[in-house]
Amino acid sequence: MNITLWGVRGSIPTTSPNTKEYGGNTSCLEVEADGWLLLVDAGSGIQAFNCSRNVTNSRVDILLTHLHMDHIQGLGFFGPLFNPSVEVHIWGPTGAQSLRARLGRYFSPPLFPVYFRNLTCKLVLHEIGKSNFNIGPFAIQSDYVIHPGPTVGFRIHHQHGVLTYIPDHEFALACNVHKTKDLRWLSGSELAADADLLLHDAQYTEEEYKTKQGWGHSSMEDALQFARLNEVKQLLLFHHDPMHFDEQLHSIRSQLKEKHSSSVAFDMAVEGSTIEL
Amino acid sequence: MGYPIELILSRQLAECLDMPVFLTDTVGNLLFYNEPAENILGKRYEDTGEMAVEEWGTVFKNKDDDGNPIPTDELPLVKTLMNRLPYHKTFWIESLQGTAERISVTSYPIIGRAATFLGAIAIFWRSSE
Repeated sequence: MNITLWGVRGSIPTTSPNTKEYGGNTSCLEVEADGWLLLVDAGSGIQAFNCSRNVTNSRVDILLTHLHMDHIQGLGFFGPLFNPSVEVHIWGPTGAQSLRARLGRYFSPPLFPVYFRNLTCKLVLHEIGKSNFNIGPFAIQSDYVIHPGPTVGFRIHHQHGVLTYIPDHEFALACNVHKTKDLRWLSGSELAADADLLLHDAQYTEEEYKTKQGWGHSSMEDALQFARLNEVKQLLLFHHDPMHFDEQLHSIRSQLKEKHSSSVAFDMAVEGSTIEL
Repeated sequence: MGYPIELILSRQLAECLDMPVFLTDTVGNLLFYNEPAENILGKRYEDTGEMAVEEWGTVFKNKDDDGNPIPTDELPLVKTLMNRLPYHKTFWIESLQGTAERISVTSYPIIGRAATFLGAIAIFWRSSE
């Protein structure tokens, strides 16, 4: 299973010389194995994917954690949506309105010039919540996690490893992660348990989080503790705050390494990097 | 197996409230009760953890204003679990220690995303009527 991080930034694309090292594109992963292709979230990183390769697959699956703009803003620029010979499956969380209706808000003027109904691919939409489904060689589990609006995380199981992806998650809103003993009360725990690789929301420093509680995101310290509690093998801190430039992320990384490297294997997610499980 | 976030957030809300709150699963097992509820139950969540419906369902004797026992299926929480609707009732409870108190109970179902029935909340109000 090959994983490429095409967008690791949170909230808004932040492309500038100050973000060229960690990257400025918003959430998008490519997960590939045995000739099957998954795109996980469709933030502006999808454009980096577009530029890197020509999709020849007859089927592509897009997994959306939620429909906040930083996770779908690249969708309209994804070439296979306009290719009649490609089957595109979009998997997204159930909400009060249908997935089609909610995505249709984005695929319509004035936000976008092309209507949803004008996409020419063979489009199949799947509404998910606490769900289990299979795509080719992947067995996928989704479940709701704590973040404003319907939001899921994914546990993607392949014969060579388990990837857990929870890019937007404020579990600390409902559980003191430094005191909890019973992981059943910890949002996202079932998805993350024993994962080989966890990509987790780590938008804020511990200090910043104090003034941003309820905004839907985690501090880096909490993300580290979440990984420890769930005994994940490797953690990548993901969804970098748009105001955290390279220099600051370097500095934060050093401080965290000094304090936590003995208890959990972790690093900062870097746009364009690839991981093989 | 982790709890749905609707229950996790319900527990968190209960932990912030100064009124007794009981949180159950779909069959009435007591998943959590907050500190004000500990005073009514006469037990501490820290000590008991979750309690099976058979266990905590016998802690109180429920009586009407005339001292007659109230059938279980007329209690608000039981009705909520059966019908997935909110209920409210004022009655007397007598604890195992023999203390009687007039209370009002409001119960409501927790219906999560995709209209999934996940459990129920019962709030006990010390009655001023």
